[in-house]
Amino acid sequence: MRFQLIQAAYLASSVLFIFSLYWMNHPRTARRGVFAGVAGMTLAILGTLLQPGISNWGLVGGAVALGFLVGIPLSWVPLTAVPQRTALSHAFGGLAAGLVGIAKYYLTLGEHPANLTPFLMTAIVVEVILGFLTFTGSLMAAGKLQEIRWIPQRPVTYAGQNAVNLALLGIAVLAGIGLILRPEELSLLFPVVIVLSLVFGVLLVIPIGGADMPTVISLLNSYAGLAAVAMGFVLDNKLLVVAGALDGSSGLILSIIMCKAMNRSFTNVLFGAFGQVQAKAAAGEAKTAKVETPEGAAQILEEAQLVVIVPGYGMAVAQAQHRVRELYDQLTKRGVDVRFAIHPVAGRMPGHMNVLLAEADIPYDKLVEMDDMNPDMPQVDVVLVIGANDVVNPAARHDKASPIYGMPIIDADKARMCFAIKRSMNPGFAGIENELYFADHTYMLFGDAKAVVGEIVKQLSGQGGH
Amino acid sequence: MTRRVLVGALVGALAGVGCAAAQTADASHAAAVSSGSTFIDLLFVFVLATFIGLGVVTRVSRLLHTPLMSLTNAISAIAIVGSLVIAGQEHPTLINILGAVAIFASMTNIVSGFLITDRMLKMFKEQKERGPK
Repeated sequence: MRFQLIQAAYLASSVLFIFSLYWMNHPRTARRGVFAGVAGMTLAILGTLLQPGISNWGLVGGAVALGFLVGIPLSWVPLTAVPQRTALSHAFGGLAAGLVGIAKYYLTLGEHPANLTPFLMTAIVVEVILGFLTFTGSLMAAGKLQEIRWIPQRPVTYAGQNAVNLALLGIAVLAGIGLILRPEELSLLFPVVIVLSLVFGVLLVIPIGGADMPTVISLLNSYAGLAAVAMGFVLDNKLLVVAGALDGSSGLILSIIMCKAMNRSFTNVLFGAFGQVQAKAAAGEAKTAKVETPEGAAQILEEAQLVVIVPGYGMAVAQAQHRVRELYDQLTKRGVDVRFAIHPVAGRMPGHMNVLLAEADIPYDKLVEMDDMNPDMPQVDVVLVIGANDVVNPAARHDKASPIYGMPIIDADKARMCFAIKRSMNPGFAGIENELYFADHTYMLFGDAKAVVGEIVKQLSGQGGH
Repeated sequence: MTRRVLVGALVGALAGVGCAAAQTADASHAAAVSSGSTFIDLLFVFVLATFIGLGVVTRVSRLLHTPLMSLTNAISAIAIVGSLVIAGQEHPTLINILGAVAIFASMTNIVSGFLITDRMLKMFKEQKERGPK
């Protein structure tokens, strides 16, 4: 009876998880999705506690309490820090899977070594490899995003890097196969697999730079899910398999979207660091960009009918989203139609810009996807680029020598006029010169994004005063 | 149309999981969360759940991709189910401690994942009135 009750709880929990994701299809129903998720998780935990033989209540309770203690503050991070929090929680997910894999192996080895069938061993080895490479890989990603000092931000590359990485993974897989075939005799290989997976995770993420973070985070998301699936195979638990598969497929879809938005393949992201591409030497002619003042920009903006703002990671770094909201208010008050064009890889994780702008109270129906915005670009009076760079570089459309050639971009250059806010003329992250800045109808606004937008707002509100 | 496909897939998967659960309903060994299913049973569940996942996630609004990731994060912390069994049952202390660390890691993901998802979703607002006057 107890068994059926537990399985029923697990079944209901699986259904709730599916609905949880299903309701994310619209912001209006999305919060219902969170409630479904919480309900599913609660049912799953209660069902598990019904298991006979659970007795270490002190230990279990302590660990749960500690989880709450750390988890609650982690949910208060500023929204600019959400990518690192997400990477950190992928690390925790990988760690949990890896540890359960270790425990299961040594437990079975000590008590019923005959139960270590090739099937169980395969599942354990996959769980441990995926779990631990996700653990260290995500920690590295989180460290890079948080800009921790001793973790290099720039891609770290060296000759033969891919060969070293693949060799490491190859040795880990070989050791794993040894374990699957001879789980008792070769038990010394188990720690080897663990260490190699940990090292591989670090090496996998080291060569990856900031612009590729959205893809990598999505991929690690997928791995964390697959590690949970492997745990489901190890523990013979269908709920784990279902929930892990949902997470795994979600991460997979996001990675595909990110790769498409950069016109790159998985292998290219993982094994070809962005920094490696030789930036074309800017030859000869010194091009000059035209400069505009915030006052001038304010005048032109208020005369416009349709203004499109293109936000990028620079807006997040400068914490400029609230100033942008004030600008939006000022312009809307004057009857200007203001929209935001969002590139899928703007920011450091999928959907990053949308969340920041929503935080600043900008209605989500003003956030327009790249593909929906581009056809209307020629009708746009002014495009204001705030902290975006590569995603508006027209070279991606026509310059075959450019490292970003083929990447879909927001056609800011097709608007009647373009303002770009930028700290200086230094080329962006990828070290690629942006020809948008030298176009005839482009004017630069130099300075910190927050300060410049604030200045424009001040001009607009000053005029509104009299 | 897509809705019908989704409902169909749901019913199919539920039937699958249900059958597997019923088939093993008399398994009385109380060792683990185990339900005595074979590799093939689990593979079935995995493949079907992946298809449901792909179907459901492709329909998620692009606006919500960040909350989606933190939500799936929390959901994949379902690993707590396995961790609870490892930490809770009578095993050598070291094994129990491994389980407890796994509980801690999963619980952190559950709590922070759901809380931050809800916090983000609360921020998404529609424009209240059409065309400000």
